[in-house]
Amino acid sequence: MFRKAFTTILMTVASVLVIAGCSGDDSSGNGNNEGAGGQDDVTIDFMHLWPSGSSPDHNRIVNGIIAEFEDMHPHVTVEVETLENEQYSNQLQVISSSNQLPDVGMTWAAGFMEPYVRGERFASLEDVIDDEFRDSFVAGTREAYEVDGTTYALPVELNIAPVFYNQAIFDQYGLEEPQTYEDFLHIVDTLVENGETPIALGNRDRWTGSLWYMYLADRFGGDTALNSAIDRSGTFEDQSLISAAEEIQNLVDRNAFIRGFNGLSDQEAKSEFMNGNAAMYLIGSWDLPNFTTNEEVPQEFRDSISFFRFPNVEGGQGDMDSWVGGPGVGLFVAENSDVKEEAKEFVRYFIERWGEQSVEEAGIIPGTQVDTSEVDLPDLFIEVLDELNNATNITLFADVQMSANVAERHLDLIQALFGNEVTPEDFARQHEEALQEED
Amino acid sequence: MNKVMSDKKVIALYVLPAFLLMMVLVYIPIVLTGYYGLMRWDGIGAMEFIGLDNYKRLLNDSMFWRSATHSLLLAIFSILSLVGYLIISLVLAGKIKGADLFRKIYLIPMLLSSVAIAQLWMRIYHPTNGVMNRFLTSIGIENTPLWLADTNIVLYAIFIPIIWQYAGFYILIYYAALRNVPNELVEAARIDGATPWQIGYKIKLPLIMGVIKVTIVLAVVGSLKYFDLIWVMTQGGPNGASEVIASYMYKQAFNSYNFGYGSAIGFFLLILCLVVTWIIRKLTADKEEVQY
Repeated sequence: MFRKAFTTILMTVASVLVIAGCSGDDSSGNGNNEGAGGQDDVTIDFMHLWPSGSSPDHNRIVNGIIAEFEDMHPHVTVEVETLENEQYSNQLQVISSSNQLPDVGMTWAAGFMEPYVRGERFASLEDVIDDEFRDSFVAGTREAYEVDGTTYALPVELNIAPVFYNQAIFDQYGLEEPQTYEDFLHIVDTLVENGETPIALGNRDRWTGSLWYMYLADRFGGDTALNSAIDRSGTFEDQSLISAAEEIQNLVDRNAFIRGFNGLSDQEAKSEFMNGNAAMYLIGSWDLPNFTTNEEVPQEFRDSISFFRFPNVEGGQGDMDSWVGGPGVGLFVAENSDVKEEAKEFVRYFIERWGEQSVEEAGIIPGTQVDTSEVDLPDLFIEVLDELNNATNITLFADVQMSANVAERHLDLIQALFGNEVTPEDFARQHEEALQEED
Repeated sequence: MNKVMSDKKVIALYVLPAFLLMMVLVYIPIVLTGYYGLMRWDGIGAMEFIGLDNYKRLLNDSMFWRSATHSLLLAIFSILSLVGYLIISLVLAGKIKGADLFRKIYLIPMLLSSVAIAQLWMRIYHPTNGVMNRFLTSIGIENTPLWLADTNIVLYAIFIPIIWQYAGFYILIYYAALRNVPNELVEAARIDGATPWQIGYKIKLPLIMGVIKVTIVLAVVGSLKYFDLIWVMTQGGPNGASEVIASYMYKQAFNSYNFGYGSAIGFFLLILCLVVTWIIRKLTADKEEVQY
């Protein structure tokens, strides 16, 4: 009996200890201890999406900048948390619903961040942007993070989407970079006749197909057609947007895209392209390292990759120097941060230092202007950067421009369009309906 | 010990940790989900009370009903597959040679994570390099199916790995139950001249009926809320052809920022599972447990 009672007590004590252990110690965090410099010690929580495992170069640069910043501001400590892309965007939503955003974090532009701004989660960054800093951004990139004319985040990356192609396959059939859309169709037909796959496309991810549609929309209707349909100054049932949808189905009927594209992820499509199984691949410039500096990719393949601007269609209003692209992630400061001043200073310092290092060391084109004469980069990189400087227009990725709800609808419709499950007219009409509902 | 265990305070003390965990991790979130389901909420900003509007919208949402149909189809397939599992278990429990080895072989898929299984089957279904299409090409079929890219096939193409994934689990349960059937009964039946078929159908099956009922509930509820494999393999695509309730809920809540609507779908799913469980129990509870 004694032994059993003893066991009971022991178990009880043990479980109490376990529960006590779980409750943890919450007294750390943004403490107010007196620091060495006379200023209060502060901690900036910083969350980003480049873990050291999957993005070692990015991660290294980030840590370097943080170390510099801490050296310059001895009373500041920056605590970093990293998550992979998809987990990151989910986590951001979950913690923001309980108002626990990190002091500094990363966000995507336009449609993605709008709910955060409307919910008063992000702080305005207007006070850190003086004229000189404002001018250092590539035109249009900072603006993508504006809501109602106020800037709520600052871009750290910028991309455009060129059509990459495999020179070796082109040479084999005597093909050259297309100057007109007719040329492009000729390339597609020639490759199909010879049993090659013209275009690698992983349309399970849907935004990949959206890129093709966006280019055709731009080349048919000029750089305003799609934008004005989305911002409601125009309509989605514009003839040029319908023609672009027709042209997508024309390409599908010509077997321009890889077999089973609607079931393939972008990753799978990319590996087809990189194994030389497809001749062309439309993707953002974020993949440039794979075609230039990535040592894990065979040198022979990297040497054979080049890119072309999406060609003009006959009778269209497009301009070959108009690109689809836009800023990727940017840095925000949380509205309820108790170290807002330091956080904003950190953001500004980060953007400046990042802009100086990111292209050369991680192959990321920053949102700030890069002087191509001063950096040491592979030719393909320089060519893309030059295109960026010559660009007459950069149309922001449609799914980023749209609000989340409409973006989902758009992406599903893209898949349906490519799968021949919706007519071009219905495709346009359903977009129009989704956009109208939003008003 | 008996004295200790009959003390109400001690009982309460022991139950308390589990009770607290259940409350905090299960019941409170359920109540909160029900509450969010009455709101228009993007998951970030302010909430707005809209009563039952989310549920009205649900009833008129053709995409929701399409995904609900897919979930029900999966449930039907799972029940049909239970018959297959049962037959396999009957064979295995019939003292055949190497039964133990087979049991282990069937169990292995259960040990793999859903994500690994999804990756594996995505390779199998790959339209050009996949095992499936290579095999079909090698036996002379030219127009090979596109599997995950074909809206007419994709749902069934995903059912196969799901059914394969859970085979081991149910076979294990049935096998264990069948092993518990007293040998004397089987022997007696055999002496009376019963065929193996009769022994299985008339003696063993009625005796494990309780287990079968439980597995039916498990299979149906598991199918209705199924998510992971589908999410990894197709994310409900192409164009919603493999969308199920759970993936649609996730998309609404996290991709479209309709957290209120997503919560309503989640709550509806909970109710649906409870109702279906109740119906199954009613349908199967007509007779008393068989005892010999």
